[in-house]
Amino acid sequence: MVSIKILGSGCAKCKTLNAKVQELVAKNNLPAMVIKVEDIMEIMKYGILSTPGLVINEKVKSVGNIPKDEQILTWINEG
Amino acid sequence: MRKKVIVITILFAVWIALYNNLERLTDLLVYSLIQLDKEAPLTSAIHFFIYEVPKVLLLLTLIVFIVGIIRSYFSPERTRKMLGGKKHFAGNVMASTLGIVTPFCSCSAIPLFLGFVESGVPLGVTFSFLIAAPMINEVALVLLFGLFGWKTALLYMSTGLLIAIISGYIIGRLKLERFVEDWVYTIKAGTTEIAEEQLTVSDRINAGIEAVKEIVAKVWIYILIGIAVGAGVHGYVPENFMASLMGKSAWWSVPVSVLIGIPMYSNAAGIIPVVQVLLEKGASLGTVLAFMMSVIGLSLPEIIILKKVLKLPLIFAFVGIVGSGIIIVGYIFNILY
Repeated sequence: MVSIKILGSGCAKCKTLNAKVQELVAKNNLPAMVIKVEDIMEIMKYGILSTPGLVINEKVKSVGNIPKDEQILTWINEG
Repeated sequence: MRKKVIVITILFAVWIALYNNLERLTDLLVYSLIQLDKEAPLTSAIHFFIYEVPKVLLLLTLIVFIVGIIRSYFSPERTRKMLGGKKHFAGNVMASTLGIVTPFCSCSAIPLFLGFVESGVPLGVTFSFLIAAPMINEVALVLLFGLFGWKTALLYMSTGLLIAIISGYIIGRLKLERFVEDWVYTIKAGTTEIAEEQLTVSDRINAGIEAVKEIVAKVWIYILIGIAVGAGVHGYVPENFMASLMGKSAWWSVPVSVLIGIPMYSNAAGIIPVVQVLLEKGASLGTVLAFMMSVIGLSLPEIIILKKVLKLPLIFAFVGIVGSGIIIVGYIFNILY
């Protein structure tokens, strides 16, 4: 089971990224659990400076932007 | 990669050709093709609209593309590294300047604030960044340049920078660290392990294209409305309608505009239609620019967000110092122009 976290409390891009990852996981039947982290203290533990952050198996993969679908899939499969 | 460069070169050539011939094309369309009466006020309104919309959109596309590429060199992480341990003043100048080019969204203000302060960026320097980043951005500058000329744009940028530098410096000097919420200094922020990925030139060009798509999609409607309103009031609202309220002679208009602007929130593109109308109808430049800075730079939503990490006295200091700076700038403009 891959753990995926979307870090971000209310920005438009955070919602977009969350929806996108949820959809990718569902569409490809990936063994992954997606959680949206909105608590700022929790977010700060990852040391990111801009949101959204994409965390896969506790590793920060991207910050401040929405990565391409293929890129996200590769990360999940590597995870 | 080579293909991309060729396409962009061609597009740039088309851009230059279009931009330089816009006036001629508009004349051709309005006077020769549709054959509108040259003297009618409606014609001048239509001419204004047909000429200004593509002009501003062309400018916006080019500048946003270039800024998008520049920004790919300045991640917030890198900016933080550059600002760490910087002394006052030099740090304030650097932070304000970096605020212009570092990508920033007010929704990221908290993680950014925490991340800066945690890693040893002084409070005043952090504030210089937080003041400059939303207030001075490429959209505001392009719109001011396109609609009101390069002098206005340059004045807005330089005075905005000055406000960010001086306000941050004062906040730093006042030693207001005790008014930062206590938990801020106790949390352990992790360090990002994300390796600074090596972007290729092609990646950076893509970043520019993405920026154009994102920003133009977001602001084109405001530009359209703004110019339409500008074209509309051109002929139908009396010329000096706003002069008594927001003209130079009304000394109180600067502070009142700033006070009204603080609780309001809008992005640069959204406020431009209002600016256009006010200027057109006799409001003075200083008053209007002060209003614009106050709407974009100080906003209730941002204050509420910052309340999570700042105690009230610091919030008041922040709003008070920046607000006073904007008021002074407004007066200076009104005296100079």
